[in-house]
Amino acid sequence: MADSKPKPKIRKDAVPMPKQNPKARAKNFNEVALGYTREQALEEANRCLQCAKPQCVSGCPVEIDIPAFIKLLKEQKCAEAIAEIKSKNVLPAICGRVCPQEDQCQQCCIVGKVGEPVNIGRLERYLADWEREQGFTIPEKAQPTGKKTAVVGAGPAGLTAAAELVKLGHEVTMLEALHLPGGVLIYGIPEFRLPKSIVRAEVNYIEKLGVKLRLGNMVGRTNTIPEVIKNGIDAVFIGSGAGLPQFMGLPGENFGGIYSANEFLIRVNLMKAYAFPEYDTPIRIGKHVVVIGGGNVAMDSARSALRLGAEEVCIVYRRSRKELPARKEEIENAEEEGIVCKFLAAPLRFISDEKGWVKAMECICMELGPPDESGRRRPIPIKGSEFIMDTDTVIIAIGRTPNPIIQRTTEGLEVTKWGTIIADENGKTSLESVYAGGDIVTGEATVISAMGAGKTAAKAIHEYLMKKK
Amino acid sequence: MKAKPGQFIILMIGEKGERIPLTISDFDARKGTVSCAFHEVGKTTKKLGLLNEGDYVETVTGPLGNPSEIKNYGKVLCVGGSVMIAPLLLQVKTMREAGNSVTTVLGARIKDVIMLEDEAKAMSEKVYVATDDGSKGYQGLDFLKDLLKKEKFDHCVAMGPVVMMKTVSEITKPYGIPTVVTLTPIMIDGMGMCGVCRVTVGGKMQFGCIDGPEFNGHKVDFDGLIQRQRIFLPEERLNSVLWEIGGCACGRQ
Repeated sequence: MADSKPKPKIRKDAVPMPKQNPKARAKNFNEVALGYTREQALEEANRCLQCAKPQCVSGCPVEIDIPAFIKLLKEQKCAEAIAEIKSKNVLPAICGRVCPQEDQCQQCCIVGKVGEPVNIGRLERYLADWEREQGFTIPEKAQPTGKKTAVVGAGPAGLTAAAELVKLGHEVTMLEALHLPGGVLIYGIPEFRLPKSIVRAEVNYIEKLGVKLRLGNMVGRTNTIPEVIKNGIDAVFIGSGAGLPQFMGLPGENFGGIYSANEFLIRVNLMKAYAFPEYDTPIRIGKHVVVIGGGNVAMDSARSALRLGAEEVCIVYRRSRKELPARKEEIENAEEEGIVCKFLAAPLRFISDEKGWVKAMECICMELGPPDESGRRRPIPIKGSEFIMDTDTVIIAIGRTPNPIIQRTTEGLEVTKWGTIIADENGKTSLESVYAGGDIVTGEATVISAMGAGKTAAKAIHEYLMKKK
Repeated sequence: MKAKPGQFIILMIGEKGERIPLTISDFDARKGTVSCAFHEVGKTTKKLGLLNEGDYVETVTGPLGNPSEIKNYGKVLCVGGSVMIAPLLLQVKTMREAGNSVTTVLGARIKDVIMLEDEAKAMSEKVYVATDDGSKGYQGLDFLKDLLKKEKFDHCVAMGPVVMMKTVSEITKPYGIPTVVTLTPIMIDGMGMCGVCRVTVGGKMQFGCIDGPEFNGHKVDFDGLIQRQRIFLPEERLNSVLWEIGGCACGRQ
């Protein structure tokens, strides 16, 4: 890897991602980003300087050897390149699409100091898609250890932990409460950003590794953690995520037409309400949709509403554009499609028609004060600035908190006052043989940080199991 | 199998089906089975009614929700309406096993919908029947006011249509009889994720699926609940009618 001299004709900006045109895509659920062609991937790969001391790796929560896989790609050794990625990350087609690379690996990229960083995410996606088209190769597994593990929740954290554990030779059973595996990847992130067929393919791969999947098993109700352990499981990983929607506690929040983002996205993604009545779950989209919040979930909700036929979709966010927590790419995509953002405003109450359906929302304007504990400037209401916004559909996307069922039904499992499970840096909880990771420990975060936690915990579980006789 | 009285299941009839909650009305731990009674009102329940013994549904998840608090209260009044009479009788049975003396009220719109009367009689100290139209037993639930004047009850369980539970709660409130109602709001996942089952109890937002399904009847905002239950009525009716018209083509899965 001594090839550190930049070649002369290297472009400063990244090779742009081919996308569906905004007008067309605002009316369909097909994937927006189409993926690099081989030529585009090679051109982008050539922008990598193959640094002797690569910074990008330190920005990756699962420590993919980024220069190594890019070098293999440059040499057109796609099979070896994807094998290099997969030795660290079992869900590359998903991460290549939904990781906030701009805040992670790409933020540390040296090329980024003089131009745009190498678009590592797009290269990861290119290789993962290439492999899926070829058919997966199943890596060799370690000798069976005879140890049995259970993984609670088939989302990003759980899928990663399960894959790591099975590769190390342990028996793994995943317990998933919903009727489909994938967690937030299947119920939360919409088709146009992450096609469900890709989630299915990556989950299939994990099943092919030997992981057993049990659907419709809600741990805490169907069975509890202590019962799972009593039934001969040597270690448990809890990756049950942050699934509980938050509401604002405002008057009128229970009116018809007001959804939590979770309800809205579950109806659309998991239950396929966009195909009602072929699918039985309905959704009703009005003409003037308002989405409250500024994160990726808000963007996903707004863009879904637009695709379901809303005439106008407005995102109401209490801070300014600068503080929007959503990925820049997703904000750009949303605005290109015609979604409007109303900054520095917050709802006060909802107003309904005579049938109890929302028809308007009273808001108040905000100004930004000094930074709060999150480091972002605190929004302060401006007295007398109240105004009324007409709306017939409101989607509340202000965050999710951990589901409390497992904590309530597992004696001795220590939790924080926010309901997250307390775990050390290796995912070890207050209970012997019980580990946890992902949103259930950190609160709502990213897919990749959950995967990183799943991986770390799997390592710790392995050490624990091998020490235990 | 660890079902307990008061809990429910979520059922999905086919791959394209909706997820609906059904209250558990009986279970057999040894066989690993649960029983649920349902009214054929929408597409899912109508299709469910067409299934034969041995047929399969796509998914059953459960038991979900918090179990009932069954203990010796003393004298318990159990009021059940229409299809919820079935799970009510499970309450009657377990309340009696816990040492309570149980008076049971079976209510329905018309006499044809009154069910399980003999079973109720076999398990209860006393059984009253009431119908909205007076075609059997008392007309309406007003007779309960007289009953409560005469007899003292320590606890009340009401399961049935929201309007019925609201009426029962209003009648028991002046007597200070703790009244537990089982709410059946719209649900999707049934495990706390979507919040569609939110209901106001004592001025606080609660989720029917994970905070309930049983709540203090004297604190529930029943009118709000009724409004929320009707949110998707047009779509539900449309889907049911569409299915009936095209019935045979996509009927049994």
